[in-house]
Amino acid sequence: MTRLLPPLLLTALLLAAWEIACRALHVPAYFLPPPSAVAVALVDRAPVLAASAAATFRMAMQALIVAAVLGGGLALIVSLSRPAEQAVRPLAVALQVTPVVAIAPLVLIWTGLDHADRAVVALAAAVAFFPLFSGVLTGLKAADPDLERLFDLYEATPVQRLIRLRLPAALPFILEGLRVASGLAVIGAVVAEFVSGSGATQGLAWRLLEAGNRLRTADMLAALVLLMVMGLTLNALVGVLERTVRKRTL
Amino acid sequence: MAEATAALSDVVVHYPGRQPLGPIDLSIAPGEIVALVGASGAGKSTILRLLAGLEHPSRGRIDRAAAPGRTGFVFQAATLMPWTDARTNVALPLELAGVAAAEARRRADEALAAVGLGDRLTARPRQLSGGMAMRVSLARALVTEPDLLLLDEPFAALDSVTRRRLIEDLHRLWAVRSPRPAIVFVTHDVEEAVYLAGRALVLDAATGRVTRELATPGALPRAPDWRSDAGYRATVELLAVALARSMATVPPEAGS
Repeated sequence: MTRLLPPLLLTALLLAAWEIACRALHVPAYFLPPPSAVAVALVDRAPVLAASAAATFRMAMQALIVAAVLGGGLALIVSLSRPAEQAVRPLAVALQVTPVVAIAPLVLIWTGLDHADRAVVALAAAVAFFPLFSGVLTGLKAADPDLERLFDLYEATPVQRLIRLRLPAALPFILEGLRVASGLAVIGAVVAEFVSGSGATQGLAWRLLEAGNRLRTADMLAALVLLMVMGLTLNALVGVLERTVRKRTL
Repeated sequence: MAEATAALSDVVVHYPGRQPLGPIDLSIAPGEIVALVGASGAGKSTILRLLAGLEHPSRGRIDRAAAPGRTGFVFQAATLMPWTDARTNVALPLELAGVAAAEARRRADEALAAVGLGDRLTARPRQLSGGMAMRVSLARALVTEPDLLLLDEPFAALDSVTRRRLIEDLHRLWAVRSPRPAIVFVTHDVEEAVYLAGRALVLDAATGRVTRELATPGALPRAPDWRSDAGYRATVELLAVALARSMATVPPEAGS
């Protein structure tokens, strides 16, 4: 509890300063509404915002699952062969350094404009792919070399080695990859939604665009607050998972 | 004479940019204990890995009578899987060989009891002291009842009291087995080499060859008070001189 107190105190202080400044300086509401107005917008628009948040969250989670299956699976295959790794890694890096915004229009064409949600999932998955691929691959190769020798000595099969040595040794790296990827999946989903920008997705990013076009700044900020809360929740969830696994395995 | 447990014949190993190891001729008889001493980088660990079949020579022949899985290896560090308990660590070689889980577990428990850890079966490696972890590692190497036990400076990281106790325990574990396994161990410590082994070899880093071979007096296993014996002291002195001579010729580029 004492750990939570300082950040909460600081947040309260900043919000108070914001509120007072808005009122004292008569800042127009379309430019920067006070926190109280954002709170009112949050309550007023709660049903719409909650539905949109759920849509964004669902797309981000779908993307995370796709990225985990593809990234983790590819890393698993590649870890078995050095040439395969040398062949695949540069391509994975190329995917990572390509800005997701830039490939969005292309993906939108491929999935069809009527399926903008699929494009969002695909793009968010592309963003979340690399940390998972890299985390799994690094982890699978992080086992103690002497333990690897021990498995050589006792002539372990590749499957035995994977299950009894490499996967357990990789677990902390996989979880770290998951933590980074879950944050990126949300970012990817929002960016992709912005680009697809058709309202076909109805996620939080769409609410942001919509409110922006109407100069409803308080609504924009309310959507932003929800995005932030979503990010924090995801981060906390992965943190709990990480601690549970660590306690069980160390 | 019985067939050798393991033998290196005219073995040479090339390293990129360094003095090659060998040619080495080395025959390990069943049940004997051999110490390998020499400067860092002389190739002592390489010889162990060759004997284990974990590394292949550039030239020469390696004969190993020990069946696959019947070679034990103890590394410089305990090298335990940190995510699982002592029992599962020790049972690993058996489970990899396809021994049924219950049987593997029973034999692991026996092996742990033999090294004095019968009460720490479910302890995780991080809950064990350095000496205890080394004992778990030793139990894992012994659990398959190996014909050949290879130890790569297994006591180097331990304090002197723990080390001395482990050395005496190793002798005891070796002596009670029938047939006794052959042991080859690498050490920097000449006293340890003379006390533990029936035969000590000095490996010279500059030439990559065995420059001195020394039989130790007296029978194995030793009594703890053998360390005050004149024969022991004289042999330690001889070996120390031979080791110092081999290290005096170490070329500067021969590092770790």
